[in-house]
Amino acid sequence: MNGYQGLMVFAEQRGGKIHPVSYELLGKGREIADKLTVGLSSVLLGNQMEEEAEELVYYGADKAFLYDDPALEEFNLLNYKHNIVKLIEEVKPEIFLLGATHLGRSLGPRIAVALSTGLTADCIGLDVDEQNNLVQIRPAFSGNILAYIKTSTRPQMSTIRYKVMQKRERDPGRRGEIIRKNVELVDPLLTLINKETLGGVNIAEADVIVSGGRGLKRPEDFGILQGLADLFGGVVGSSRPLVDDGWIGKEHQVGFSGNTVKPRLYIACGISGSPQHLAGMRGADTIVAINTDPSAPIFRVADYGIVGDLYEIVPELTSKLKGRYSK
Amino acid sequence: MITIVVPIKQVPDMERVKFNTETGTVDRTSAPGEINPFDLNALEAAVQIREKLGGTVTTISMGPPQAESSVRDTLSRGADRGILLVDRAFAGADTLATSYTLASAIRKLGEFDLIVCGEKTVDGDTGQVGPEIAEWLGIPHVAYVSEIKEIGEKFTVICDMEGDRYSIESRLPLLITVTKDINVPRLPTFADKLKARKAEVEKWTAEALSSVADPSRFGLKGSPTRLHKVIVPSEAGRKGEVFRGSTAETTAKIVDAFEEGGVLENIR
Repeated sequence: MNGYQGLMVFAEQRGGKIHPVSYELLGKGREIADKLTVGLSSVLLGNQMEEEAEELVYYGADKAFLYDDPALEEFNLLNYKHNIVKLIEEVKPEIFLLGATHLGRSLGPRIAVALSTGLTADCIGLDVDEQNNLVQIRPAFSGNILAYIKTSTRPQMSTIRYKVMQKRERDPGRRGEIIRKNVELVDPLLTLINKETLGGVNIAEADVIVSGGRGLKRPEDFGILQGLADLFGGVVGSSRPLVDDGWIGKEHQVGFSGNTVKPRLYIACGISGSPQHLAGMRGADTIVAINTDPSAPIFRVADYGIVGDLYEIVPELTSKLKGRYSK
Repeated sequence: MITIVVPIKQVPDMERVKFNTETGTVDRTSAPGEINPFDLNALEAAVQIREKLGGTVTTISMGPPQAESSVRDTLSRGADRGILLVDRAFAGADTLATSYTLASAIRKLGEFDLIVCGEKTVDGDTGQVGPEIAEWLGIPHVAYVSEIKEIGEKFTVICDMEGDRYSIESRLPLLITVTKDINVPRLPTFADKLKARKAEVEKWTAEALSSVADPSRFGLKGSPTRLHKVIVPSEAGRKGEVFRGSTAETTAKIVDAFEEGGVLENIR
């Protein structure tokens, strides 16, 4: 369509490190590019990022466009947008993908409007149809339905959720082209005056999450869940009411208005399973529910359920698993 | 004095709304419409700023005629003026067309200093309309704002991005999208509700925007993204084994199930 060809992936970096979702997008992008027999490029903005640009090639890109400037070290919305829009107008990719991170979901819409094109948010699947149009699959209505969306304009743009696509194995023998681009700085409006990195848990990255809900009686009882999580280097999660009541920090909140998680194992303790909570955790590989109420909705999404009191079950389960798995 | 605009959306109550699991459609009659919960935080933030600086808060919504009740609701929660963009020509809009229509209405209002949006809606869940409005208007935006530090000639806001907290300073005009952390929205008093019941909600049609907008960008025809099909995911693949009995029995069964299923094999 109108000379648009190939795919381009936005490579997100924070603190000089490429976000793993970008490698996942290169993995999926490579698969689609091979299917369409077109090229896959990536665009990276940052400061002294030459080596990271090479990594984009190792993970599947044919070309990496690099905008390297001290002013691009931290995310600046308007500078990022300006340079990317100019690049898209020059290269004309038919598909442009970003991670559905906070940064991607702030930047993507600006690029889409600047190019007057459609943008599909927070996709969990991508495919191409018989006419080589991109099919974008996204959950809607708290994950109750999956919508298949096509875009009539070019480029077809999507943000893609972290941890749903597979990255390729890193291949340092892979050759590609690093193209240094001239950086244009246009933003006198937004000034970053401070950046603070909060320590603590990164629940979106955790392999094991043990979450508590209304079934907990006291804030300090999260310690019981922590004991189980610690066996596997896991973290503690929470449903929203306990976060709202100040029992535990927002960074632990799983659900629609908190964090979307995709651990290998999710153990829900005393959580009934409101739609807003289920929206945040139904992507877990294995779900275990522990609840006194056998009619709790959480049991309907669980692989394994125990009808019982978490105050008895969790300590017993911890001690049984400790015997077998503790390393 | 500050002129603030708050775009809002009427959404179904997600805890109560029913889905037709055959067709994947939403039965909007099954739950009453309400203001998107994130928009309540946006409205509260706007009202708090106006209380300090003086000025006006105008809410704008694009929606069907019944969305008037949600716009009226904003008048009981501190908005000075409420506008509903209502026209069949607006129907079927994706985020590009929605943001264009809202941005056009904001242009038509004339001067503005600050636009405050909720970070996303509970039904669409795109979070795109706020940043897209900013791009149409050619103004900067900061998304995921959890705190407003300084207001006045310049604004300083805290933006949370996955564990990093950025303090960002901007001149006006500016658009921000706010998270639920920013405040606790106040509840309207009975007197507020009574007053709002009598207040006028202005209704603007496509015609009303004709001096500032290209009507081919409205609604379905201005929407490049199209829903191709909908499927209802089953919780397929979930084993759904529920164990009952003594604590000793049930925990033993879970441990066995973990072993058989290799659940813990690839964990560290």
